[in-house]
Amino acid sequence: MTVSDLKQPHSDSVRPTINWARVEEAVDFAKTVKLYRQGKYDDDSFRRYRLQHGAYGTRMTSDYAMVRIKLPAGEIYPQQLEKIAQLSEQFSIGSAHFSTRENIQLHWVVLEDVSEIFRGLAEVGLTSREACGNSVRNVMCSPLSGVCPGEEFDATPYALATAKFFLRNPMAQSLPRKFKFNFTCCEKHGMVRMVDVGLIPQIKEIDGTAQKGFKIFLGGGLGNRSFVGHQLEEFTPEEDLIYTSIAVLRIFDRLGDRKNLARNRMRYLVNDMGWDAFQNLVFKERALVRATQSVVTQLDVDFTPSEIKRPIRVTDESGNPNPDGYARWLKTNTEKQKQPGYRSAFITLEAGDITANQLSALGEIVSDYSSEGKARVGFNQNIALRYVSEDDLPRLYSRLLEVGLAKSGSLTMTAPIGCSGTTSCNLALTNSHRLAKEIQRKFLELRLDEDDDLRDSTIKISGCPNSCGQHGIATIGFFGGGGRVGKEMYPNYQMLLGGRSDGETMLGLTCTRIPAKRVIPAILKIIELFKKYKKPNDTLKEWIHRIVNEKEDSEIKSILDLRKIMDQLAVPPTKEDDPDFYSDYGSDTSYHTKTGKGECAA
Amino acid sequence: MRSLSQEKTIKTTTDIDSLRSEIRDKSVRVIDVRREEDYKQNHIPTAVNLPLANLLSDDSPERVLKIFNSLGIDDETRVVVYDDTFGALASRVAWTLEYIGHSDVSLLETTYSRWKSLGLESETISPEIQSKQHSLRLKPEILATSDYLEQSKEKKDVLLIDNRERLNYLEQHIPGAISLPYRTLAKNDKILRPKEDMKRLLDNRGISGDSEIITYCGSVGTLSGLAYYALKSAGLPNVKLYVRSFKEWKNLKKPLEKQEDANYWDLSAE
Ligand code: SF4
Repeated sequence: MTVSDLKQPHSDSVRPTINWARVEEAVDFAKTVKLYRQGKYDDDSFRRYRLQHGAYGTRMTSDYAMVRIKLPAGEIYPQQLEKIAQLSEQFSIGSAHFSTRENIQLHWVVLEDVSEIFRGLAEVGLTSREACGNSVRNVMCSPLSGVCPGEEFDATPYALATAKFFLRNPMAQSLPRKFKFNFTCCEKHGMVRMVDVGLIPQIKEIDGTAQKGFKIFLGGGLGNRSFVGHQLEEFTPEEDLIYTSIAVLRIFDRLGDRKNLARNRMRYLVNDMGWDAFQNLVFKERALVRATQSVVTQLDVDFTPSEIKRPIRVTDESGNPNPDGYARWLKTNTEKQKQPGYRSAFITLEAGDITANQLSALGEIVSDYSSEGKARVGFNQNIALRYVSEDDLPRLYSRLLEVGLAKSGSLTMTAPIGCSGTTSCNLALTNSHRLAKEIQRKFLELRLDEDDDLRDSTIKISGCPNSCGQHGIATIGFFGGGGRVGKEMYPNYQMLLGGRSDGETMLGLTCTRIPAKRVIPAILKIIELFKKYKKPNDTLKEWIHRIVNEKEDSEIKSILDLRKIMDQLAVPPTKEDDPDFYSDYGSDTSYHTKTGKGECAA
Repeated sequence: MRSLSQEKTIKTTTDIDSLRSEIRDKSVRVIDVRREEDYKQNHIPTAVNLPLANLLSDDSPERVLKIFNSLGIDDETRVVVYDDTFGALASRVAWTLEYIGHSDVSLLETTYSRWKSLGLESETISPEIQSKQHSLRLKPEILATSDYLEQSKEKKDVLLIDNRERLNYLEQHIPGAISLPYRTLAKNDKILRPKEDMKRLLDNRGISGDSEIITYCGSVGTLSGLAYYALKSAGLPNVKLYVRSFKEWKNLKKPLEKQEDANYWDLSAE
């Protein structure tokens, strides 16, 4: 039992600079829910309204919603962490969930309480507006933007400005489908070719002066069918960022498929038109936008740098300077920054879940250890404290240990992504969420996070063919389905190999089906084979990359060779021999598939 | 009707300042419901100790009456109760006092930790208490039993409220109950939200004065005791506490309801 709701916030913590909220929206939402319950609103228009305000439906019920809180550019401040902790205890399940798109989700919220959450969020400047529905979704930015040694400049102010420009902008209220922007720091930290608009900051010498701009990728995306984005042009100068964004959005608005729900993301439009035609259209449209927009249409980019100030702590500074497990944590959870003397420390969560207590503690820890006084949410259901002075790292680790947030492996393969699956999603076929947790527990127990060969590989799991769990860009990806032996069903996964989201972005290739309860042995088998056949200095990611591209010269030359071996693991036992095989993780009854109407993905 | 006019003047919670002046005027009996060790370390000046466990070991009206007599409480005594458990334990004691027919009882608006963190006065000595005689006039209208719940099933205007945490509710609850976790009731450093805030929250949920409302929680009626006072603070007149709560209901093997086909527990990071 906690008392977070009776606690006073840190008085000297850094305050948010942008207010994303409008408290009127809470009032209006409460009113609309009432009208809907009285039957004065039809299901469809209420649903559209609800989604526009950031509340999803929940598995098998219309009594509950999921509220998705947007964190533009991934920024979150101590008092916001504290507030979300309170809201999760009051209106949700006492835990909150970090998503893969820099949102925090509160699940199993009574629909009638959603407006109260909006009120609470408004107190700390946050909103869930346009976190769902056919709008511009949360604008993401790499958690390392501003500190990444490989970046040319910090894209964060541009990400925030883009978010500001489109939030509540009438041009983005009823698009054919959702629309996503991802800004990043560099190629390596990626995620720009798997999104409608992906942007990498770039500096180009033009007539002797350094000019800021972006590499822009269009039309990528993960889903039932996934596509890799195309680079629009070699260099897009910063002043063209807004015109390009508006142009692309307008084209999509005009030509996007509004009828066929399964094919209405922009990537299908790009695919149908062909890249050259689409590219030309963007250039034409952009010229038009540039010529016709008034000078007031500009991105409001705030270049005021965050103040970097080593916090003065009031907490106890004594204790073991080299606590147990510290070296392992330092290795697998922190990254050196380009600013000397500082590191960014990533917090390992289990499939993005965190308790109210931990969130609340994190608020204090951010104030106490991050010299920028705020945190950044990452791409992998995690959160980073940046500008931690290297001298403070052991103490930070001890603090995290006290609140159960010091698990190692955050930046390694042992932190798999799992979408919400059957824990709450209407379309889910399997409990992908729990599977991700099971894999993590097992792999940390085996200390696989310390294995450098595995470090840059990823495991990502979705509970159905839609790609919320991003299985398509994982080194080893899975998506859920049902398997069948006679009349009996068992939870099953399609396994994909070789996906990646960096400079050499490609989608994973289908390998074979692996039953849920065989997924862990299957991954371990792959690791075993890799260790057997690897070249010196090989990583698992590179080895798999060679196999899927048929460039490997050992015994396992192709994905088919691998499949033959893996298929031995996939043979179902009889129900008498192994009843556990026939139930999914988190359930003791026989597995069956059951889905409702989806809102999560096409 | 006697209680109606009185209830208007007796506030559910007492603010810190009022309590301090009542203590100075010696016009109040303060009850600290924390454990004896905690009480002995320090407590609000003049407070007497009644650990909740002591009360619960046998909460028959006759014994309860004896306890309150020994704490120097008669029908006219003004009583304020506090705890360090967001008001839940204090609520259970206050409700018990109400149940035996006492009308002038309120909860301190905040917790003892908060009182201490504000640097307010405390003491370690236990006051001398003169026993008093309280009459026994039970108020069955604020109590709900399992039989009563079963009968209410048929009635239209009865709302049953489950004050346990959401996951517990989803897993199992009394059929027809709605979920209002006890956490929802507090605000910042106060054990209960301000009245307007509480009213809005309840109004959104369709919890209004037109209905009879029964609250329950996991086992002994503490969390739901707090909810009982929360509802009263919002001006809802007809509230009952199912004091034996879900534990009894389950032991009696009464019917249960659950949220099917979803693995919500796996979303918890506990
Ligand atoms: S739609 Fe599918 S991929 Fe998306 S959250 Fe639901 S189960 Fe996961």
